[in-house]
Amino acid sequence: MANKATRDGFGEEIVALGKENRNILVVDADIGKSCKTTNFIKTLPDQHINVGIAEQNAAGVAAGLATCSKIPFVVTYAVFGSLRMCEMIRQEIAYPKLNVKIACSHGGVTPANDGASHQAIEDMGVMRTIPNMTVIMPADYWSARKLVRAAAEYNGPVFLRFTRDAIPIIYDENTQFEIGKAHLVRDGKDVAIIANGDTVRLAIAAAEELAKEGCQARVIDMHTIKPLDVACVKDCIENIGKIVTVEDHNILNGLGSAVCEVAAEMGKGKVKRIGIQDQFGESAPYERLLAKNGITVEGIVAAAKAL
Amino acid sequence: MKRRSVEQLKKIAQDLRKKVVTMIYEAQSGHPGGSLSAAEFVTACYFYEMNVDPKNPQWEDRDRFVLSKGHVCPIQYAALAARKFFPETVLYTLRKEGSPLQGHPNMHCPGIDIPTGSLGQGFACAVGMAIGMKLDNKPCRVFSVLGDGECQEGEIWEAAQTANKYRLDNLTIFVDVNNLQIDGTTDEVMPNRDLGEKFKAFGFEIYEIDGNDMAQMVRTFDEIRMHLHSGSPKCIIGHTVKGKGVSYMENVGSWHGVAPNKEQWEQAIKDIEEGF
Repeated sequence: MANKATRDGFGEEIVALGKENRNILVVDADIGKSCKTTNFIKTLPDQHINVGIAEQNAAGVAAGLATCSKIPFVVTYAVFGSLRMCEMIRQEIAYPKLNVKIACSHGGVTPANDGASHQAIEDMGVMRTIPNMTVIMPADYWSARKLVRAAAEYNGPVFLRFTRDAIPIIYDENTQFEIGKAHLVRDGKDVAIIANGDTVRLAIAAAEELAKEGCQARVIDMHTIKPLDVACVKDCIENIGKIVTVEDHNILNGLGSAVCEVAAEMGKGKVKRIGIQDQFGESAPYERLLAKNGITVEGIVAAAKAL
Repeated sequence: MKRRSVEQLKKIAQDLRKKVVTMIYEAQSGHPGGSLSAAEFVTACYFYEMNVDPKNPQWEDRDRFVLSKGHVCPIQYAALAARKFFPETVLYTLRKEGSPLQGHPNMHCPGIDIPTGSLGQGFACAVGMAIGMKLDNKPCRVFSVLGDGECQEGEIWEAAQTANKYRLDNLTIFVDVNNLQIDGTTDEVMPNRDLGEKFKAFGFEIYEIDGNDMAQMVRTFDEIRMHLHSGSPKCIIGHTVKGKGVSYMENVGSWHGVAPNKEQWEQAIKDIEEGF
């Protein structure tokens, strides 16, 4: 199947949404081209604001717009949309629970050759600790489109994380996605692999490898890490007991941590976290950066077997 | 809205000042200095210029008010109560558990359009509101109070350039230049000279006045109204006195965030009543 980046899913869906609802706005901070708002700018210029290289202001402007019944999508890279704008999101968007979406491309280490400055490994964790926030990372083009639409329909702040690279399309146009509801990719009884974003495809490949050896893995796309689908995690713990989490994010405070919190409070289940090993990246090919952190099909297979 | 006369406005400002010191005295916590320096602008907004409806605080065609220097909320709360957005008794719940009058404003309080308190941020929200009004072709205006110390925040200047780009002539900001901030004078902490020149360079129309002179404030609002469609945002540089109206607080930096004791409160009320 063709490959497509999740940022393209955002870029296409936001145009459709903007045409349907004139209150939907894009607030750019000079990187609209790489975040895929070019078509929106061309098609809906009256619904587009570009505040220039001023992310903090972008968050504030969006908050002000939201108080005027607008639904602004602030568009930037994940590292800036979480960290540069962090306190503005907390104070002016999350605290008053305003209807602002932070739609970020270049999540995780996908801006690979740009180096550590542009790689977002803390973003979802930081956003997850802010009350009232919803934190989402789609795994392919179609889920990106569906979840962008779901975010627009949800009344409240949402952090959406897309990525740079074209990745395999996993779902089709008819697959349904709901905020806060995990998506079961394949079922199994021996081990659960809970992943999100670009690593879902690695989880699927790992499950296929494990199946060859007679190990049936359940693969879950946990596109929303907040609110976490606690019932889904509990079911994995109760009925399987062994979980591998996979994410292109620091192993601290991302998907793996969220799953561990559920397991710890239940007092059962074994969890192995695969993710960025609490270290900064460097300029290198994306696959190399993942490999250096053990985020590989082989890594997932080995972790599943070791549990 | 019925525009009050300068004499009436002076009387209202005096009343709001008394409420400010009483609220902070009752709470034994809060920021009197900057609340008192901004009293004329806030009074003129709520009793001379702004189009708001206390019975319908969320009225979508209202003018907006953003207190970017959010710590001086006692003066805004006092004005809101005087306009009957909520009963006056609520004023004396300031900073108490469960009160809509938080230490820094949030949207649980009727009449507050955006939470503030972290300096530099409210102004950007005011800019967003002004853009929102323009997008909908609404005649509503946005008013915002900035501190001179607050203008040390970089986000202020990010927002200022956006106000210029989007030709926000519906936006009026008041820079409360009282020359004092927590660690000392603005000159000592971070020289911030010629704020008017700076905002002018960012495309604002500048109105430089004595920010504690009600007659000048009213004339400035009248003048701004004549330039409403000029395509430029408006900036009132208000030279003010921190702690204005209370003898022992005037130009004394330590009254930035301290509550008066009983004797001091009585003296403050006397000073304000007598126009010391």
